[in-house]
Amino acid sequence: MYKIQIPKILWGHFYIFAENACMNTILVAKEVTKKFGEHTALNKVSLEIPKNSIYGLLGPNGAGKTTLIRIINQITYPDNGQVFFDGELLQPHHIAMIGYLPEERGLYKSMKVGEQALYLAQLKGLSKVEAKKRLKYWFEKLEIGDWWNKKVQELSKGMAQKIQFIVTVLHQPKLLIFDEPFSGFDPINANIIKDEIINLKNDGASIIFSTHRMESVEELCEHIALLHNAEKILDGKLSDIKNQYKNNIYKVGLEVEGRERFIAELSDKFLVTEAVMDRMDQQIDFLVQLPSEDSREFLTYVSEKAKVHSFIETIPSANDIFIQTVQTKSTDE
Amino acid sequence: MNKLGLIIKREYLAKVRNKSFVIMTFLSPILMVGMIVLIAYLTKINDSEIRIIAVLNQSDYFSTDFATTESTAYINFKGISIEEARDSTLSSGFYGLLHIPDNSELERVAGNAFFYTKEAPSTAIVDKLEDIFQERLRQRKLIDLGVTAEEYAAIDNKFEIKTATFAGEQNLKGLNEIKAIIGGSFGYLIMMFIIIYGGFVMRSVIEEKTSRIIEVIISSVKPFQLMLGKIIGTSLAGITQFGIWIISASLLLLVVVYSFGVDPSGLSEAATLPSDTVAQMTATPAATDTMQLYAEELYKIPWLMLISFFVVYFLLGYLIYSSIYAAIGAAVDNETDTQQFIFPIILPLMLAIYVGFFSVFSNPHGPIAVGFSLFPLTSPIVMLMRLPGGIGEGGVPIWQLLTSIAVLIITFIGIVWLAAKIYRVGILMYGKKPTYRELFKWLKY
Repeated sequence: MYKIQIPKILWGHFYIFAENACMNTILVAKEVTKKFGEHTALNKVSLEIPKNSIYGLLGPNGAGKTTLIRIINQITYPDNGQVFFDGELLQPHHIAMIGYLPEERGLYKSMKVGEQALYLAQLKGLSKVEAKKRLKYWFEKLEIGDWWNKKVQELSKGMAQKIQFIVTVLHQPKLLIFDEPFSGFDPINANIIKDEIINLKNDGASIIFSTHRMESVEELCEHIALLHNAEKILDGKLSDIKNQYKNNIYKVGLEVEGRERFIAELSDKFLVTEAVMDRMDQQIDFLVQLPSEDSREFLTYVSEKAKVHSFIETIPSANDIFIQTVQTKSTDE
Repeated sequence: MNKLGLIIKREYLAKVRNKSFVIMTFLSPILMVGMIVLIAYLTKINDSEIRIIAVLNQSDYFSTDFATTESTAYINFKGISIEEARDSTLSSGFYGLLHIPDNSELERVAGNAFFYTKEAPSTAIVDKLEDIFQERLRQRKLIDLGVTAEEYAAIDNKFEIKTATFAGEQNLKGLNEIKAIIGGSFGYLIMMFIIIYGGFVMRSVIEEKTSRIIEVIISSVKPFQLMLGKIIGTSLAGITQFGIWIISASLLLLVVVYSFGVDPSGLSEAATLPSDTVAQMTATPAATDTMQLYAEELYKIPWLMLISFFVVYFLLGYLIYSSIYAAIGAAVDNETDTQQFIFPIILPLMLAIYVGFFSVFSNPHGPIAVGFSLFPLTSPIVMLMRLPGGIGEGGVPIWQLLTSIAVLIITFIGIVWLAAKIYRVGILMYGKKPTYRELFKWLKY
């Protein structure tokens, strides 16, 4: 793995939706603070979660993600700060418009699947008839129609997760919160669920997605926020953040006679790292950091001396950004 | 249907459909009736055993006193030595040998009499023998004092004082005990209900925690709603179970009484009433009158008042205790961790029952009875033990009743508020073994 040198960023200054924020956000948190005794779980965290998108809520263990999610679900209440749902101050009736799949989730073991799904749907305010209709639809969609009369204790973990997913989305909430939705699923079923999440988004739902699996963040999220030690240290559009984090590092593959000498000469002019020469005689792969976004000078220089095969800008992955930001933040403190 | 209704319905059905609950519901009356039948049967066997006692009477006294009764037979040895008598008693397998030595003085005879048995003698037999000696000695003393046998017979009658309250209400002897027992059974019922169904509430909370469904549920309903629904649903299941128990046990008992001819009423009355009252009620012909009086008195007990207060105290007491149980369930991860918290709950309940039986029965309106019937954690039980005596003059003063209920209601609100706070925090805490200090901190979250 290569090292990226990160320019200092002013954290938390991405007011992407500064204008008409109310119109385009499903949820706004303003300076939300929550303390448990001496321990601060959230310290003045502000977030704006845009409508009809998938928002990645990231952070190491104990960063305060679950507390924030519980505040959104009105399971706990903030000590300070406000949360707005669709432009209104968060109120009990909003619960019916939120679907929450917690990380610590389970079902009543001795209850039958159908009965239990009906119960949970009714608690979300659906009528029995409506709940039954929608459950039938979802059970067929996920091919679990024959489970209706099974007891939960007969199901495997993955099967139970499917039921929980259905129950979370059944009441067609405006805002869906998934906390590690793929845990317990095999790759095939994880894919099915991932597709369903994308479908839900396409149907108009806004989704908060909390996970440690960065590849799914990369795949799904348009926006992210990074919490660390009860504070938000980064948020914004994932592509913008990546642009902020990229630092003109390019991966270059070329063919040249006298590789060592070439690299030595090049290193005088540019910052070259990780040169690999173990392939064919004249082949070199290396990373180079350019002083600016303008790559013409470099390309002119190189193309005079070598045959360039590839020239690719490296964009940091969500994983890199996550680790980098958290580590930088930790050493700063 | 609103959310609370849904929760109550689910809790009720989950409880009632539970296999062990169903088995307990239908097995318990059978076990209970079986136990009564067994005790009745064993008592019968016990009673029908006849003990044979050999009497070696070398004196001139007591010649007619040792008459064979239902349970004891006397065999007189004549003209043999004490050693011979002992040998033949042993070889015949008699229960014991009563040796009355020869002497001219009755006191000496009695003083030197010995009762020999193989093992330590039963106290009932010894009592019986002692009574015979005592009676003889008393008669002898009276004769010495110049009282004739006729005169003695004339003064030998029992006296019972009539009691009444200043309000003019006449009391029957033993009635206060009966009233206390009625109150006591109400109190006992409350205690049993709290311990059984409070435990159910607690286990149900723990189950929700360990199955990790709790966070899903409380993202739809308020934790307080869930707790309340759980308590109400479980108690409805409990009331159903109690109802089935009472009905089926009475039916079974009827069947047993009619088909086997076992008389369980004698048993239960013998256990509850003072023995002389029972003797009076069953033995003497005049008993029917007394029986009727008792029936009238029982009828006069203010049942409606009693049952309404039973409902009030039952509801408040049960809600207080079961919300504590719910809070405990929320605080722990598994049932083994509950012990340290359960004991302080059981303590006031036990105290109430024992104080009730020992203090309230003998003095229903004494300072201890009053104190415990005002203290909210014991009042549901102790006050119910006092209430059959009536309200107002001669009974529980109205101010005490009102104070007790007011204190109970205030406590109820306070405890439920505290329990709900612990519950709300506790249900989301995993993998922690809480201490009292921790719980105290949770109150501030």
